[in-house]
Amino acid sequence: MSRRGSAERRLGLLLCAPAVIAMLLVTAYPMLYALWLSLFRYDLRFPDERLFIGIDNYLSVLSSAVWWQAMFNTLVITVGSVSLELVLGFLFALVMHRTLIGRRWVRTSLLVPYGIITVVAAMSWRFAFDPTTGFVNGLLGLEGAWLTERWSAFFVIIQTEIWKTTPFMALLLLAGLTLVPEDLLHAARVDGANARQRFLRVTLPLMRPVIGVALLFRTLDAFRIFDTVFIQTRGAQGTDTVSLIGYNALITRLNLGLGSAVSVLIFVCVLAIALLYIKGFGIDLTRRREQ
Amino acid sequence: MAGGADHGRTERWVWGAGSVVVIVYALIPVAWILSLSLKRSADLGDNRFFPQLVSLEHYAAVFQDPQFSAALWNSIGIAGISTLAAVLLGMLAAYAIVRLEFPGRRLILAAALSIAMFPPVSIIGPLFNIWRTVGLYDTWAGLILPYITFTLPLAIWILSAFFREIPWDLDKAARVDGATPLKAFVFVIAPLAAPAVFTAAILVFMFAWNDFLFAISLTSTNDARTVPAAIAFFTGSSRFQQPTGAIAAASVVVTLPIIIMVLIFQRRIVAGLTAGAVKG
Repeated sequence: MSRRGSAERRLGLLLCAPAVIAMLLVTAYPMLYALWLSLFRYDLRFPDERLFIGIDNYLSVLSSAVWWQAMFNTLVITVGSVSLELVLGFLFALVMHRTLIGRRWVRTSLLVPYGIITVVAAMSWRFAFDPTTGFVNGLLGLEGAWLTERWSAFFVIIQTEIWKTTPFMALLLLAGLTLVPEDLLHAARVDGANARQRFLRVTLPLMRPVIGVALLFRTLDAFRIFDTVFIQTRGAQGTDTVSLIGYNALITRLNLGLGSAVSVLIFVCVLAIALLYIKGFGIDLTRRREQ
Repeated sequence: MAGGADHGRTERWVWGAGSVVVIVYALIPVAWILSLSLKRSADLGDNRFFPQLVSLEHYAAVFQDPQFSAALWNSIGIAGISTLAAVLLGMLAAYAIVRLEFPGRRLILAAALSIAMFPPVSIIGPLFNIWRTVGLYDTWAGLILPYITFTLPLAIWILSAFFREIPWDLDKAARVDGATPLKAFVFVIAPLAAPAVFTAAILVFMFAWNDFLFAISLTSTNDARTVPAAIAFFTGSSRFQQPTGAIAAASVVVTLPIIIMVLIFQRRIVAGLTAGAVKG
């Protein structure tokens, strides 16, 4: 038995090894390298001036208005898109849950925004809101150039995000809705609970874990927003996000030291958001898997 | 009771109307970019939703552009190879996690989960620097490696969720009935596992097909630049022409395979998407 056990253990580790190595090689190692680089003055255009400067890069990022504005923008986009997506996602999920005739059609068409390339979605909405090519202004009787002003640009960016990712939310929530037993809802109805009470007291509590998971993944996704902003404004009009700042420092300006400090800070933020959700919602994804 | 029936009918109407709204909302940007791609260059600024006259000039231009053909080929190759590799590695790991008793199973799932949350922008700097040193910058392998890494969590989770449901002991039964281990695997286990593998492959492919950040950070030429990156940096046939039409046509070309996949495999995609979050 024990011999069989140890052989099994060896085989298990052997089978997992390639996947684990592949996952760590391109995340853990570069992340540690980023941590290391962030302690240097290191600009690829002047590689000879590389110098250890401790936490100076962090100090200059954290004391720059650009970083804090990008952080503010990122939070605006994250909160704006995720909260609206939750509401819309619930509505969409209820529509799919309740309609019998069109359900398949709704689900199929919702998968289109999910599957479409983000760059393409961002382009399509950019052209739609564009004053010379677009149809939105004509539809609303407006004249504005949406992407040339800060808050209207945010509107376009957030609504693109919502369009692209609400389907993911809706499909997760739909899967959660189907886990709510009809009997329970029926019993509540018999006991005199109205639709609102049934939703708030029966459906919502039962769906809490699913909502938690959906929100966690969407929040992290929204916080990392890059593609849509890059395509629609490239950070102009004060719409920079933290990912865009990181990209610009690292790839556009080749300032690996400063850019790596931004990278590490983004990593810390993502970690904090994840921990907050996991604690707040009591999400334990691995235990549920283990059963 | 008549009131109740009325109520039911109204409710049905409301949900029915809701479905129509959802479908229209989901499809508008797709219809819009399709319509843009079919407009003549002269009509691009007419602010209409539908083209007045249908023309294929932008498609002709896009396919004559060597930049786009190269990008399309790169996208297909890179996403295809990443999918094969991620699903293969994911299968081995998921099989071990579901079927074998060994320490660290939970740790692997947790590691996969944390990588799913990992911000890619945090490592593009180091990868850029390392790839330039070891010669992976602007190559297929340079993109395939990060794609494998970032899709493995998805593959492992989907595959282990589905593998858990497979009655693995069936292969013992087949072997008692005289099948060789290979035969038992090929005729009994493989058909049961195939849907899961397929689902994982579709979602992994979609991820790789969609990626933009790595594609613009780790490539610089037609050698490895994929379609999303090419679309973002389209210059058009002449420097003075707005490439709107070409971008629209290119967008439609790369969206078509996704829409076809969605139409054929929608059940699988939904099952795969929700497997990680809902299944116990």
